[in-house]
Amino acid sequence: MTFWRAIATAILLVIGPGLLAGEIPADARRSGYSFMGPDTRAMQDDDTSNPGMLFVLDGETLWGRTMGDAGKACADCHGDARSSMKGVAARYPAFDKALARPVTLDQRINLCRANHQQATPLAYESRDLLALSAYVGHQSRGIPITAGGDPQLKPFVDQGRDLFMQREGQLNLACTNCHDDNYDKRLAGAPITQAQPTGYPLYRLEWQTLGSIERRLRSCMSGVRAQAYDYGSPELVALELYLMSRAHGLPMETPAVRP
Amino acid sequence: MAALINVPTKAKRGDIIEIRTLTSHIMETGFRHTADGRLVPRDIITSFTCRYNGSEIFRADLFPAIAANPYLSFFTVAKESGKFEFEWIGDNGYSSTASASITVE
Repeated sequence: MTFWRAIATAILLVIGPGLLAGEIPADARRSGYSFMGPDTRAMQDDDTSNPGMLFVLDGETLWGRTMGDAGKACADCHGDARSSMKGVAARYPAFDKALARPVTLDQRINLCRANHQQATPLAYESRDLLALSAYVGHQSRGIPITAGGDPQLKPFVDQGRDLFMQREGQLNLACTNCHDDNYDKRLAGAPITQAQPTGYPLYRLEWQTLGSIERRLRSCMSGVRAQAYDYGSPELVALELYLMSRAHGLPMETPAVRP
Repeated sequence: MAALINVPTKAKRGDIIEIRTLTSHIMETGFRHTADGRLVPRDIITSFTCRYNGSEIFRADLFPAIAANPYLSFFTVAKESGKFEFEWIGDNGYSSTASASITVE
């Protein structure tokens, strides 16, 4: 009896992780919001206490400001962002025909600056770029994420999935080991979330500022002691694209607040 | 700099009302060093004041341990219709203002 029980346990131990691994079904997907305490939730919910809204305000100012040699503002082409940018962030990263690869919202803003405003690109994580992407992202608040649906994006989504499943760094951990297999548990006292990118750029209390999803991915990579990919690298774009497609259907929260 | 102010637009005379303010500021402590060992100079807000129709009703001194983008909330009694004026003063000649109106019935 004990012998058979031992065999049954051994079989479970072998196939158990296999059963756990894999993508989170649509009805079990949860925003990082649901892992936070009541205080942090209240901070995000009230637009006058959400510090991300300070960046949205700055972005609104930049949207209407003339920039570059072409003497154009974002608003000169796109008009009122409240209607023209509604739902846009929920579709990004999106496929760019000219470049034949996906581009993130930050990269799209810089492509617009280069091609239409003839302005210098904004540095990754600079205040102006974060403010503009927060302003554009904010127009999609409440809209379900649909990014990654374009068939042309399939190879890039697959590349992102492979990176998500690939072990890396001195700790030899893949994203999936925490965020698919062990969410709802704790790591050094902090909840492990499902890594659903619903609210980027978001205000992280630890950072004391707004930050992009690339910053978040890079800090996870240093966390497992891997060499982080550079900002804007094809690997980070593919990971962002995969994460957005993995969060299909979850509503956008930009600008979210996270601990 | 951008500021977010939450003051009720209407109140009854004698009501206790909550005022919430949030402003953009990096609040650099002056204790941190760059990767090459240089001290990052202190850059913080040092003082906040709120005036209600010209008279000061709340003042706070801020210090390096206060987080970036300081959030302050306080209470006052709604006495008369008028204007709340907010002022933040800080290092390197920093100054920022905001205002909000209230109707008291």
